[in-house]
Amino acid sequence: MDALLFWILAAGAVTASVLVIGQRNPMRSVLLLIVSFVALAGLYVLLGSPFAAVIQIIIYTGAIMVLFLFVVMLLNVPTEEIPIGRAARLLGGAAPRRFGAVISAVLALELFWAIGRMTVLNMPGGDVKPTEVHDIGVRLFRDYAFAFEATSVLILVAMVGAVILARKEPR
Amino acid sequence: MLPEPTLNSYLMLSAVLFAIGTAGVFLRRNIITILLSVEVMLNAVNLTFVAVDRFRGQVDGQIIVFFVITVAAAEAAVGLAIVIALFRHKEMLTPDAFTSLKW
Repeated sequence: MDALLFWILAAGAVTASVLVIGQRNPMRSVLLLIVSFVALAGLYVLLGSPFAAVIQIIIYTGAIMVLFLFVVMLLNVPTEEIPIGRAARLLGGAAPRRFGAVISAVLALELFWAIGRMTVLNMPGGDVKPTEVHDIGVRLFRDYAFAFEATSVLILVAMVGAVILARKEPR
Repeated sequence: MLPEPTLNSYLMLSAVLFAIGTAGVFLRRNIITILLSVEVMLNAVNLTFVAVDRFRGQVDGQIIVFFVITVAAAEAAVGLAIVIALFRHKEMLTPDAFTSLKW
């Protein structure tokens, strides 16, 4: 049962991610990415991490993707345009894009090669016992307390920065 | 009967997702889709953390996932603010349109 669910969710996540890359319309990309994130949340549940699954759904699909949707709707640019000008053609023409495709293919092959050479490590057997959120909380607020506080400063800086960057400049 | 997923299958899946994300960053010509590809890559890394966590029976990976998601939220907010500012200048979302440092 778990094996079947793993393969279904993995296939769903990979298919949705490929379609995200394949779309020309950013609106469809955002919606397909939500599908991919929900499939990954299912995988987290299979791995016995309900905490990671819940924050994936609430923060990623609930907050970040809504932010993306807002911007896509606000800017209202349905498709990609053809670049104009010589500098733009040099940067984004067919040759640089082919080079980029080759580089990403090389990266993928390297990753597959490295993981293929690993010895096969079986997951611990028996029933999956979900990790207690209590344990995560204790670890987070004791051992990772400084990182947690630093994160709050990061969020504050990002918030102020976003407001200043997106503000209309007074002329 | 389907094979039972091992740690290797989870790592392979996350490598596939990461490769899809990099391909998107290189091939797409829309800043919003490029940011979405970065999110795909971040999620691939999160999957690795959670899978290794389950393998070792620890919770540290899930805490790192929590931090990664927080940083992703900050990155999305700042990135989208920059996208809006760029769009205001050129009325375009192609990264190739922004070739000058000053205008």
